[in-house]
This record gives sequence, structure tokens and C-alpha cells, in this order.
Amino acid sequence: MGYSTIFQGETRRLDILDMNGKVDRKAMPDIDQDQLMALYRSMRRMRTFDEKALKMQRQGRIGTYGSLRGQEAAQAGLAVHLSEDDDWLIQSFREHGILMARGVPMHTIYAYWKGDERGNLADRGIRCLPPSVPVGSQLLHATGIGIGLRKRGLPGIAVGFAGDGATSEGDFHEALNFAGVFRARTLFYIQNNGWAISVPFQKQTAAKTIAQRGHAYAVPAMQVDGNDVLAVYEASRIATDHIRNNHGPYLIEAETFRMGDHTTADDHTRYRSPDLVAHWAARDPIDRMRKFLIKEKILSHADDEAMGESLTAEIEAAVKDLESMPPPDPMSIFETMYAKKPWYLEEQQAMLRSELGSRAQESGS
Amino acid sequence: MSEKTQKLTLIQGITQALRQEMERDAHVLILGEDVGRDGGVFRATDGLIEAFGDERVMDTPLAESGIIGISVGLAAVGYRPVAEIQFMGFIYPAMNQILAHVARFRHRSRGRIPMPLVIRMPYGGGIHAPEHHSESYEAMLANTPGLTVVIPSTPYDAKGLLTAAIRSDDPVIFMEPKRIYRSFREDVPATDYEVPLRQAVVRRTGTDVTLIGYGAMMRPVMEAAEFLARESVSAEVIDVRTVMPLDIETILASAEKTGRVVIVHEAPGRNGFGAELSALIAERALLHLLAPVQRVTGFDTVFPFAMMEDHYLPHRGRIVAAVQRTLAF
Repeated sequence: MGYSTIFQGETRRLDILDMNGKVDRKAMPDIDQDQLMALYRSMRRMRTFDEKALKMQRQGRIGTYGSLRGQEAAQAGLAVHLSEDDDWLIQSFREHGILMARGVPMHTIYAYWKGDERGNLADRGIRCLPPSVPVGSQLLHATGIGIGLRKRGLPGIAVGFAGDGATSEGDFHEALNFAGVFRARTLFYIQNNGWAISVPFQKQTAAKTIAQRGHAYAVPAMQVDGNDVLAVYEASRIATDHIRNNHGPYLIEAETFRMGDHTTADDHTRYRSPDLVAHWAARDPIDRMRKFLIKEKILSHADDEAMGESLTAEIEAAVKDLESMPPPDPMSIFETMYAKKPWYLEEQQAMLRSELGSRAQESGS
Repeated sequence: MSEKTQKLTLIQGITQALRQEMERDAHVLILGEDVGRDGGVFRATDGLIEAFGDERVMDTPLAESGIIGISVGLAAVGYRPVAEIQFMGFIYPAMNQILAHVARFRHRSRGRIPMPLVIRMPYGGGIHAPEHHSESYEAMLANTPGLTVVIPSTPYDAKGLLTAAIRSDDPVIFMEPKRIYRSFREDVPATDYEVPLRQAVVRRTGTDVTLIGYGAMMRPVMEAAEFLARESVSAEVIDVRTVMPLDIETILASAEKTGRVVIVHEAPGRNGFGAELSALIAERALLHLLAPVQRVTGFDTVFPFAMMEDHYLPHRGRIVAAVQRTLAF
């Protein structure tokens, strides 16, 4: 009778590599020099891609673009634990980094931001769903896929991505709740970049962290320094092993910072101070890894420069691929609405075809 | 055909379609609130958890968005989920998933990830249910490209249309007229069969006026046709069955023949499905018409509480009055 304690829990955070490139040796993952270099290269590749995208947006060569600058570690450290053959990516709309790391051709990612539906690539071979703009709604798909993978006894796992703003949506709650009940093979991977457009995390929730919410659904969870690629690597290893061993879902909160605007249609100086941005710039994920690799003599300045040149060349080739794509066929908008086109789509398609035909005649082509 | 038949109610037809499709295809799953141990609040899934186990008949947490959202994921990995929304009045929390994802996934994935899922739900009034248990939202869903919206009105069609819906590679909203779940029985083949989607059916042939309805409204529509026959008015009756994509040929053929059309549905009239039907007939058969198309619909009010619902729902008298307006024009 009377009161008793019915719940007690703790939520852990992992930090390994600090902003000066110093590592906590005790927490250091079991990882060799080649793997360290691969993580660093992967982050630089994402940033090169991102900088080029911003440039192309300003030149009018692509449309509105959402930059991932600052979130490279949060995506590179996870990507290496995912299998291209078995695992599913259920993305939000700022996951270009992990897509690239998973082998999605870069020009198709650019194409998406150019407004070309062919960039909506959902390649069954790559097992990744197209970007999901309705915030948080995709997390339920990650739960459903994770339940399906368990039911079918398949080796894969599902990784559902979302940002801090999405955790205020009901679908975040429902996704974790269903995943807990049905033991989904799902990793909920929340990149808390501090800002949902202009609303800071402190106004998104009165809770201190996202990770602590795992307790509410009996989903194990961890917070990790999302700008520390080694900590992300280790947390992702623990989480993916947990899921692969059929212990149910897992929640990771990668605490990071969106260095730029929400998208190129936004102006973050309206709501953020230069001091805050400078604070996070000093914690840049790529800079700290570079410091570490140079200190450890794994990377030389010359190698670093050569890497930059080769990445620039790779990105330029992707841009060439993008710009040599023939324009999309307007007829295609009717083709994939149904397995069999209804009569009214046939009629509308015929109307557009004849409009295009007479336009071509007028222009004499 | 010497096939064996049984006398089934509409809801028994639904249960049998679910059972037979689950036997036929291991990828068919059922999920929803109370669909397992309880067999559904209307018993549509009665006995299925005992037959197929809780991995294939999933009692879910109480969350409509969650039910439809995880169905999307299950479909992406090869399942054919049949999700139940307990009442159509509760579909709103799931609308984001249905409109933003279910309807669009085939297109968004460039055809690579179709959504072979069925979303079943009882709809409509007439059973003296509490508030939010009597709504008919077919027009909202029929305005969403990518969806197929099906509404059976007989036990035979309920079984055959649901079978076709489960086998379809496109997402199907399957609206069940709960008012007539158990109101009559008819001969239904014991084996599985499909009633094709996207096909209306002529329930009664006639020459003076065309009555168009679907779902639970087919009863007052047929009663009106019988009443009119006694008054020497020959009514043709069309059961739409698939609201979207619509079978325009059957409707136009009848409108051209009779020149008079009365459309009946229990959902509110303004911007309802009748408005679309009426516009299509005006666009394509205007010169055959002898009178303006008439609509007999629910009022443009909140669906009334039980004590007043009989005033709201279209009935024989209202349908006959509309026919008389077309005859007097």
C-alpha cells in the first residue's frame, strides 16, 4: 500500500572526439586507420556536394535546396554500419549525405532539388524510400518496414530519419509506440540540429533530450555528440547490433547543428545570433576529425589537399551527369498513378500531348 | 454454373473474402483496433486470429495514423495489408498518411513501390450510433488521385469486390455500408471470385429516368424504383460500386437513354460526389437530357444524433419527389 517507485531510468550520452581533435582513448571504438580515413573522406565528400549545391542554387541551376552543412558526422558515422543489400533507409529530406554514402548516384540527388521527379529515386536495389516532406510521417513507414523485416525473418533493418521538429509530431510517438509493441527491426535516428526552421529545440519541448523519450515506449535510446564521427560510429554500431540481434527497436539522438539556412528559401540570420553560429563552427565535425588525423599522423596536409581535389572532380562529374540528363518527359506524370491508367488520365494525357504538339509546331521545331 | 453457394449477409461476405485471401496468399495481413481477439467491433474479422495467429491478424495500439503508416511500411516490404479503421468518422488522424503517402507512393517511387493495401471501414448512418460514427467521406477521398474508392451494396459484391481489392496492386479504400451489414442475405459462391473494380452495374433496367446510388442508399433507391413502377414510371437503377476511378460508360449510356438522372448519396450535397457525377453528365450528355440532373443527398449539416438521423438520410419519398421534378420539367 502507499507509494512505491514504479519507474526509474537513465539516459546515456556518448562523446569520444572533442572539438580540438582529442579522443577519449577508453571510449575509442575498435577501428583501423583505413576506416578512420574513410569516415573523414565520407564527410568531406558530403560537404563538397553540399557546397556545390548551394552554388548551383544561387546560379539558378537547381531549385530550393536544404543544406546539410554541420551534419556530416551524424550521417557518415551511421552509414558505414548499414548494408546496401539488406537495410532500408527511410529518409526525411536532409539525408543527402547518407544517400551518397550508400551509393545513390549524386546527380540524382541534385535532380531531386532541381525539381526533376526522376530524382525521387526509390530504387528497390538500394532500398531507400524517396524523401518525405510531411515532417515525421515517414517514421511510421520505418516502423512498418521494421515489423515486416522481423515477420519475414530477413536480415535487414530499417532506419527512419527525422529532425528535432518532427519529434513534436504525433507520428513520432506512434512510430515508437508501435515499434515497441511489435518489436520492429527499426532504428529511429533523430538528428537534433537544434532548429526547426526558426524554432529552437528549447521551444520544441520542455524535455531536456529526445533520447530520454525512449523510456516512454520501452525503446532503448542514447544521445550522442552528432558532430563527433567516432561517437556516432560507436553509438550506431551498438544500436544496429542490438536490432540485428532481434532485441527490438532503438532510438539515437545525434545532437548537432544546422550551420546554414533551413533551405535556400530561408534566412537564418533573422532568428539566430552570429555568436551561436560561431560557437558551433568551432565544433565543426570535419575540422575536429582532421585535427585528430593529422595529430595521429594518419593524414598529411598534402594528402588532405589531394583528397579535396579528387572530391571536387567527382562532384563536377556528377554535375555534368545532372546537366546532361534530357528533360523529363511530361507524359510521365500520368504513367505511375495507377497500375492501369483510368479513362480520365488517358484523356488528360492526350490533351497535354496535343498542347505540346501544337506548341512544337508554333516554334517550328 | 453448378458452384456451391451459401446464403450470406454483407458482413459475412467480407469475412469470407478476408479468410479466403489469407488462405490463398501468405502476404495478406490484417491490422487494426480490436480486429484480433474481439473479431472487430462489427465482427468482420471474426475467427481470423484463431485461424491465422497474431502475426497475421494484428491487434494494434489505438492510433489511426499509426495503423495506416505502418501499413505503408509493410506494403513496401512485400505484404498486402488489410487495415481496418473502426469507423469512417475516425479516419481524420490517418488522412495525412492516406493523402500524403498511400495515394502517392507508386508515383513518388517512379512505379517501383506500389501500395497494394486495402483500408476497410464501416461508413454511413442509420444504426442510431453515437456522434462521429455515421459519416460518409467518399468525396474527400475520391478527390485524391491514386486512390481507388469502392463501396459495395450487396453480400455478393462485398465478397467479390473485397477480393479484387486485396489482389489489386493499387491502394483501395473499401467503405462498408454498416447499416446493411446484416439486413439481408443472398446467394454467394463458396469459392473465391472477383467482382471487377471500376465497373458500375445496372441493377434494374428502365426507360424514363436513371437513378444512381451506391452502398446503403441502394435500398431506398430500389424501393423508389419499385414505387415508381407502380406509378407507371420506368426507372433504371445504377449501382456505382467504384466511386473512383469511375465507370463513366455505364452512367452515360443510361443517361443518354432515359434523359433524366437522379443521383442519391447520404453524404452532404455541396461538393459531394453527386456534384462530380452531375458535371460529367452535363459535359458529355447534355443534349440527351430532358431535365436538369437532380441530387438527393444528406443535408449540409453535421450528421445528426440518433434521434434525428432519419430526417437527415435520403429516403424513398425524397427520391420519388426528385424523379417527379425531372418528369415535370
